[in-house]
Amino acid sequence: MSVLQIDFGDDSPTSAPRVVGIDLGTTNSLVAYLDLTAPKVIPGADGSPLVPSIVHFPASGEPVVGAAAQQALLTDPHNTVYSAKRLMGRGAADVAGELSLLPFSLAAGSESVIRLAVGGREVTPPEVGAYVLRQLKQNAEAVLGEPVTQAVITVPAYFNDAQRQATKDAGRIAGLEVLRLVNEPTAAALAYGLDKRQNGTIAVYDFGGGTFDISILKLQEGLFEVLATNGDTHLGGDDIDNLLLRVALEDIASEWGRDLSADNEAIQRLRRAVIDAKHELSTLPATTIAFDYDGREYRRHLPREVFDKLITPIIDRTLGPCRSCLADAGLTPEQIDEVVLVGGSTRIPLVRQAVRALFKAEPHTELNPDEVVALGAAVQAGILSGEVEDQLLLDVTPLSLGIETMGGVVSKLILRNSTIPASATEQFTTAVDGQRNVLIHVLQGERELAKDCRSLARFDLKDIDPVMAGMARIEVRFLIDANGILNVSAKDLRTGKEQSVEIKPSYGLTDEQVEAMILESFDKAEEDFKERQVRETRVEADRVLAAVEKAKQSDAWFELPASEQAGIDQALNELLLSYHGDDYVLIQSKMEALDHASRGLAETMMNSAVRGALKGTKIE
Amino acid sequence: MNSLPSDYYSVFGIAPTLALDLPELQRQFYVLSKQFHPDRFARASAPEQQYALDFTSLLNDAWRVLRDPVSRAEYLLKQQGLEPGDSRTNPPPPELLEEVFELNMALEELRAGDGDARGPIAEALDRFLAMRDQLDRDREALFVRYDAQRDAATLGDLRALLNRRRYIENLVRDAQQALS
Repeated sequence: MSVLQIDFGDDSPTSAPRVVGIDLGTTNSLVAYLDLTAPKVIPGADGSPLVPSIVHFPASGEPVVGAAAQQALLTDPHNTVYSAKRLMGRGAADVAGELSLLPFSLAAGSESVIRLAVGGREVTPPEVGAYVLRQLKQNAEAVLGEPVTQAVITVPAYFNDAQRQATKDAGRIAGLEVLRLVNEPTAAALAYGLDKRQNGTIAVYDFGGGTFDISILKLQEGLFEVLATNGDTHLGGDDIDNLLLRVALEDIASEWGRDLSADNEAIQRLRRAVIDAKHELSTLPATTIAFDYDGREYRRHLPREVFDKLITPIIDRTLGPCRSCLADAGLTPEQIDEVVLVGGSTRIPLVRQAVRALFKAEPHTELNPDEVVALGAAVQAGILSGEVEDQLLLDVTPLSLGIETMGGVVSKLILRNSTIPASATEQFTTAVDGQRNVLIHVLQGERELAKDCRSLARFDLKDIDPVMAGMARIEVRFLIDANGILNVSAKDLRTGKEQSVEIKPSYGLTDEQVEAMILESFDKAEEDFKERQVRETRVEADRVLAAVEKAKQSDAWFELPASEQAGIDQALNELLLSYHGDDYVLIQSKMEALDHASRGLAETMMNSAVRGALKGTKIE
Repeated sequence: MNSLPSDYYSVFGIAPTLALDLPELQRQFYVLSKQFHPDRFARASAPEQQYALDFTSLLNDAWRVLRDPVSRAEYLLKQQGLEPGDSRTNPPPPELLEEVFELNMALEELRAGDGDARGPIAEALDRFLAMRDQLDRDREALFVRYDAQRDAATLGDLRALLNRRRYIENLVRDAQQALS
């Protein structure tokens, strides 16, 4: 062990690895860390902390992430994945409606996990997320100058179990230990709580690129207690973009007499144009959607009043969850002391107006709505690492958890808005003599019937002692942990033994599949490393080859005995032969051999240089 | 490693009474949360992490059940071996039969599109709410009586009261749903 690596023991605050906070967003992602006491976002190589959540999968070569991939959205839309967060933890049937607007297509077998066919391969949403996370990890490592292996990642508060699990899988595939999943609105409250540590009730209205959340929290002496949460995991700025896109496509169809809706390149350019217009309308009273394509121009004047009228139905969809959330918290709008706005879509004036009208309060916008969630995640990272001791988050589960009983009815075990971790136990028995298995179907949702709730998983209680029907007594414990993820354990009450439980997730990857992806990414990382080594070794070999070629033109070469000349030529040829192979270790050894063989030549050259210098002749 | 508390009352280290000082219980909930929450043990050993998770989930479950007087009473009854009756199979209390009959008529009329039925439903709702309030006052009295005597007879009365309350609660819910 080198001197620099000596461990100064566990008391040293630097001995524990740093935990970063990550906002894995629909549109953009960020990484932040706790610097002494204040959270800070970490910029990438381009200086911006926002990494577009876009991954380009070229037909050959490594995927490209972020701003670089944004360009590919225009040039290679079929192989460029964006808004992958909307596909997390979902199956093909869930996203059939919106896929028509996305340029990439699904591979077969997407029922329980979506598989995107891009760049001649198949990728799942957690893998796409992992590419973005890996980029953030690298950005953090570059700035912090140390390896980053542990993270807090934020998720929409209204994410269900499968969506949370998919996010956690993305972290694992990216080589990150996910210490905690934190709900985005709660994280935002933490970020705000740093400056003003007062007591009161706050509502966080989080309207992002693809998801909407509302959370109501009680703040009391550093304790952030979530009273209720609600939302829509399929409602965001994307919906506004799609709406404007449809309007523009109709315009163009009637103006140009041409339907562009199947032309991916045109769609991506037009999408860019309507997004630009949407952004401008946050500050300007009117703008123009400008789109040039195939030698034709489309210009549409768009005053804010028209824009507002168009998007009102979308904004109204956020108000229902807000009212339900207030009712669940047992509060009236007047009892909310502060309102915090989070997410890029809250820059829209109509959104601010709607929030103001509902809560009868001027919303807080001091922190950058794009950064506030990542900043809060960094605070939570500080809580977990022990750097922040005076704050604690008590969050809730957004959806009720239940099991399917006779007649397809759901029996609720843990109600929504229960503080997590939360648990429930239920006893099961057998229906037939000698029955060895009991299958339990777990669901999430508020509806009465199983078919109207989200199927979460089927748990198979296996190897039950074969006894008479009704004699078996299996106690099953359902535990929702602090990440909002379900854990199930079972005990045979007759024997007191732990009962084995086999989990079949309804949506999402199995543990084995995630493990395989982690392995593959390690292999990939090794391949990447090898490729880089080969490239670097060749550069070095180029230099050596050039130097030797040049020396062979010098007087010193001709002073060498013929045997030594032959030795050098032999080593030179061997290096040239290995040069185009992939074995960088071989190239290095051939380089060393050449270096060794030409030592006499180098000495002779040095001597003649000295002689030349003594003679006053400059030798080049 | 400490073993987990065996019931919701012992999580808080308090005697199993029906009447509780809620602000004090809440204060205790916050104190224990700050002490045992899994976030405080993110870097602890695996058994410590497991204990923090198990204890905190028990604490949260206990706080959720004990803070509400009705669920608290149901919990204590269950602990004493008195399962509550199933409200779906229980017949309506006899003195409510006529009320329930009239409410169902009005609900059906409203469903059939007769807006005039809203008036009688709203009136019925007011009566049910008043009944519920009265039951809650009676329940408080039973709480005090049980805590003093700790007798089976009071628990029996409490069980009957809770069954009746659950029935009225369902009527309140149906009426409110119809009116909203």
